[in-house]
Amino acid sequence: MFYYILKRILQIVPVIIGITILLFVLMYIIPEDPAKLILEKGATPQALQNLREKMGTDKPVYVQYWRYVKQLAQGDLGTSYRYRRSVNSILAEHYPNSIKLAFAAIFIESILGIFAGIISAVRKYSFLDVLVTISTTILVCIPVYWLGMLMQIGFGLKLGWLPMSGMGDGSIKYYILPALTLASVSTAFVARITRSTMLDVMTNDYIRTAYAKGLSNNSVIYKHALKNAMIPVITYIGIDLGTLMGGAILTETIFAWPGIGRTIYLAILQRDAPVVIGGTIVLVLIFVFVNLIVDIIYAILDPRIRLEGGSGVNV
Amino acid sequence: MANNLQEKILEVKNLKTYFHTDAGVVKAVDGVNFDLKRGETLGIVGETGSGKSITALTILGLIPIPPGKVESGEIIFEGQDLLKCKISNLKHFRGNRISMIFQDPMTSLNPVFNIGNQLIEAIQAHQNLSKKQSYDKALELLDMVGISDRKKRMKSYPHEFSGGMRQRAMIAMAIANSPSILIADEPTTALDVTIQAQILELIDGLKKKTNSSVILITHDLGVIAKYAERVMVMYAGKPVEFASVNDIFYRPLHPYNLGLIGSVSKLNEEKKERLKPIKGTPPSLIDLPKGCTFALRCKFAIKPCWDSFPPTIEEEQNHFVACFRAKEFLNGSLKRE
Repeated sequence: MFYYILKRILQIVPVIIGITILLFVLMYIIPEDPAKLILEKGATPQALQNLREKMGTDKPVYVQYWRYVKQLAQGDLGTSYRYRRSVNSILAEHYPNSIKLAFAAIFIESILGIFAGIISAVRKYSFLDVLVTISTTILVCIPVYWLGMLMQIGFGLKLGWLPMSGMGDGSIKYYILPALTLASVSTAFVARITRSTMLDVMTNDYIRTAYAKGLSNNSVIYKHALKNAMIPVITYIGIDLGTLMGGAILTETIFAWPGIGRTIYLAILQRDAPVVIGGTIVLVLIFVFVNLIVDIIYAILDPRIRLEGGSGVNV
Repeated sequence: MANNLQEKILEVKNLKTYFHTDAGVVKAVDGVNFDLKRGETLGIVGETGSGKSITALTILGLIPIPPGKVESGEIIFEGQDLLKCKISNLKHFRGNRISMIFQDPMTSLNPVFNIGNQLIEAIQAHQNLSKKQSYDKALELLDMVGISDRKKRMKSYPHEFSGGMRQRAMIAMAIANSPSILIADEPTTALDVTIQAQILELIDGLKKKTNSSVILITHDLGVIAKYAERVMVMYAGKPVEFASVNDIFYRPLHPYNLGLIGSVSKLNEEKKERLKPIKGTPPSLIDLPKGCTFALRCKFAIKPCWDSFPPTIEEEQNHFVACFRAKEFLNGSLKRE
């Protein structure tokens, strides 16, 4: 188990090197002069040149890259062109909001999705199963921004039960609408995956063995079947957590949620390269890290995965 | 015969299990009758698809419903009809009074729980024991089935076991609550030959030690000859011959059984003969022919065979056959060749 985790952590290193090169080159290709972004219109060519030299943007790309990597190794993501603030502080301010929203959405999709999936698998072809199938189909089809706006109009404007946008004082009522919106598609997927893997697992020989032992129906379903069925579901939720932590641009924009998705979105519009690169690197790191956690959970759920690099098969 | 005096522990009467599929009704088990006595081993032989396993699964109510359905019959166990028993009550019999060992130990154990967990669970399902007591009992069971290094094995997962060890672990689970009947559904089919003998010896030894009964389902006549006391031969969902193991091998009265014996190699015969396979394949269980299901492949078939399925008749004492020509085999007017 220890070697497995170590191996997975070492695999992260090339990913990070690759992603920094890619991002840096991409941002470098954009024909935008950072010096012009920073200085007011009408700045003298001399002033622009001075700034370029000071920032090093007149140097070849590999020199700039090396400089950036050295900075990055010290945990410094650079300074925003627009806000004249360190990228670290901008991200530190906005990122927690995205994480909180992501976890709220994951919470909703895990609970609702898995529960609906189990119900519809256990009561296959019943009214509840049909209800789950129809509603998940609808949820998958509705565009997120439209669903978000509908809920804003319905629960916010017409009924006035919940705040329409923003984070307010950060209390739960502000989370409900954006989290539901963000979780909508994933909830439907989780329900579908849970249903199909449960049905699949229930046809296995070991389920028959469990019944033959005289276990109760609940024990067979919630112990023997569920643990096996959870493997693909947890993979999906984990990947989804990684995606959601990458900021939910649509949802954050509709609900004016002060998160990282919206920050990067605005930075792209403003050609604010340090924020875009810094923000993306952080997101990639988070994504890779979440996947690592998922794989570890995976290994705990399924003992066969632990074999790699661990003890061999005992015959 | 001494067997007659023994108490019947299980009686299956006119059992019919059909599967209602889109292609039609599959008559997997179609009128099976047999009884099992305390302490005996009853063999059920037949080709793949002859209904052996479905018969066994029906006894424990493990048929998937739908598409499966028990159409008629009685399964009397300890004076109670299991077919009239609610599914929720059946669990008191399963794994407790009647246990089952399955064909493929590779897939019959849950891959995500360790052996100890699955073993203790089998114990606690029927016995009110503390954690510690169940653990000790599990260790004892592993000892009984010949698994060494038990404390470590309790923590092992099924994939860390070899096929033979998995089957031993399955047997340990099956005998956890000292059942009166152990159903072994092709327990050695998935194992290699050297392990097969060990597993069968183990089952036989445990049977003798606990005076329980065994239903041994197999298509291996060698296994039947060695371990079974009485044998039921099944073909296309119906029992065609039911007799003591000696009668089955030395006085076969059904052409299908004759064919089965003819297709086994005999090492002790001086004259080397070619094996005689039974020609053709079993009929589809969906559209069974009107007459005898074996008529198509039977070289002794006569006109009545095509009109109706022959009734099961006790041709000799305790020798039941469903064949119109059995009497001719018996009085010698028809050669078995």
